[in-house]
Amino acid sequence: MLAFTIRRLLQAILVMLVVALISFTLFRFVGDPVNQMVGVETTPEQREALRERLGLNDPILVQFGRFIAKAAQFDFGTSYQFRQPVAELIGRRLPATLELSFVSAVFALLVGIPMGVYTGLHRDSWLSKLFLSISLIGISLPTFFIGILLIFVFAVTLQWLPSFGRGDVVQLGWWSTGLLTWSGIKALILPAITLGLFQMTLIMRLVRSEMLEVIRTDYIKFARARGLRQRSINFRHALKNTLVPVITITGLQLGSIIAFAIITETVFQWPGMGLLFLQSVQNVDIPIMAAYLMLIAFLFVTINLIVDLLYFRVDPRLRVERAAH
Amino acid sequence: MMRHPLLSVKDLRVEFPTRRGALTAIDGISFDLREGEVLGVVGESGAGKSITGTAVIGLLEPPGRIASGEIRLKGERIDNLPPAAMRKLRGKRIGMVFQDPLTSLNPLFTIGDQIIETIMTHLPVSEREARDRAVALLEEVGIPAAGQRLSAYPHQFSGGMRQRVVIALALCAEPELVIADEPTTALDVSVQSQIIRLLQRVCRDHGTAVMLITHDMGVIAETADRVAVMYSGRIAEIGPVRDVIKSPSHPYTIGLMGAIPSLTGDHDRLTQIPGSMPRLDSIPRGCAFNPRCSLTMDRCRVERPDLIPAGDSHAACWKLLETEGAGR
Repeated sequence: MLAFTIRRLLQAILVMLVVALISFTLFRFVGDPVNQMVGVETTPEQREALRERLGLNDPILVQFGRFIAKAAQFDFGTSYQFRQPVAELIGRRLPATLELSFVSAVFALLVGIPMGVYTGLHRDSWLSKLFLSISLIGISLPTFFIGILLIFVFAVTLQWLPSFGRGDVVQLGWWSTGLLTWSGIKALILPAITLGLFQMTLIMRLVRSEMLEVIRTDYIKFARARGLRQRSINFRHALKNTLVPVITITGLQLGSIIAFAIITETVFQWPGMGLLFLQSVQNVDIPIMAAYLMLIAFLFVTINLIVDLLYFRVDPRLRVERAAH
Repeated sequence: MMRHPLLSVKDLRVEFPTRRGALTAIDGISFDLREGEVLGVVGESGAGKSITGTAVIGLLEPPGRIASGEIRLKGERIDNLPPAAMRKLRGKRIGMVFQDPLTSLNPLFTIGDQIIETIMTHLPVSEREARDRAVALLEEVGIPAAGQRLSAYPHQFSGGMRQRVVIALALCAEPELVIADEPTTALDVSVQSQIIRLLQRVCRDHGTAVMLITHDMGVIAETADRVAVMYSGRIAEIGPVRDVIKSPSHPYTIGLMGAIPSLTGDHDRLTQIPGSMPRLDSIPRGCAFNPRCSLTMDRCRVERPDLIPAGDSHAACWKLLETEGAGR
């Protein structure tokens, strides 16, 4: 178990190094950073001086080493457009995106799993058919369209929920949270549903197909033959056996939720990283793009690591045999 | 008051509706099982042995269903119980052991979890009592260091050990009847007889009756009190093991006995019954065995025989009427 964890950690570090290399080459090959930073009337001498000061004349490997050393301390330089440290900019936006992603994921799991179990157990009931039809919508409609649809119904027509922004936020240290105020929670509902709907339908269909498989197995038949309670058979014995694939997919999807919150954030003018990233693309603000890339890669790698460790919690067959026999 | 047999099956018919009409998997079988008795049920694959067992415990896979007939446990009908009542009866009064111990246990729960949950579902005991009982049971079925093994997972046991655990699970709420569906088929030959002997001993100690489904005549000869030979969804012959083995009456049983290799010297070729059992959708008219039977008469091709007494046993064969001179 420990050896496994260490091995996975080393792999994670390797992945991060590769991503760092890609981020780093952004600086080198997407435009000239000096051009981005200085005005039109700067003389070639001044440019050369700046180049020297920024260390751009050093060997590539030295520059890459410096980039990594700084990245490890969350120093990604200064944004070209905002003239502020990138880490600070992202740090201010990160809580909004993480809260949105987290709530979406929780929504997707809490709704998707029970729906999946239900449709797996009652294949032919009309409610199952309804759920499956709804899930088709969730899978086939593009996110921005669902967002606009929700805004139209709940914000414009019914006027129940706000259509943009985060509402009131409370500052907890450097973390700003919208979860502690009523308006913050209200503002979170529509974007969270928009972002989580696809994942929810995915999880529901996954749990359903796994359930269909598991309830045909011998150990479920044997559990029935022992007269165990139906609820225990469905939610303890069967559901736990569907969890390994569900954890895999949910983990991967959580990464995508965070990375692809961009569209939802745009639709709802959500002040998160996605919005920041879009602005940085428009303005070729490479430090932000590079830092965003690193951050998303870091989140993916972390989530994958957690997923791998969760397998061990769920499935005892993966645990290292104890020496007892 | 008349004492009821433990299990009484009367004219049981099990059908599987298909697009081209219902297939009859079990076609009117009747048998009784007394308390503590071991009834062997033999036959080729597809003869309906397992379906009979699953029908008794109420676990027929839909769309399969009991079309007619009745099943009684100590005189009470159980074939038409509501699902909740049937659920309470399973495990508590009728237990079942399946063929493959490797897949019968839930891989994600410890042996202890599975036994304790089963005990606590059926008996009004505390978790501590259930645990003690689980340890006692595991010891009884021959699991060494049972107390520690409670926290082991199924994959940490060998096939034979797992089948012992399965037997403990089937017996943990003291059922009156255990249906053992080919309990040794999936096991290594070297442990088969151990498991059969264990099942026999434990059930004798607890006074549990056993319906032992198998295609192994040797197992039946060794364990069963009575045997029912099934063919094409019907009972071909039923009677005390000794009689059926020593002097089988039905040509099919005679054929089966001829197919058992003997250890005592004679090196004749084993007899083989020509042909194979008919599919459910093409069961011949008259006696289902008639196309493979060497003694077929005209009547066999038209009329289906019911069980006719032959000594202490009964066999479904028209020949019996002939030989006894009682023919109409």
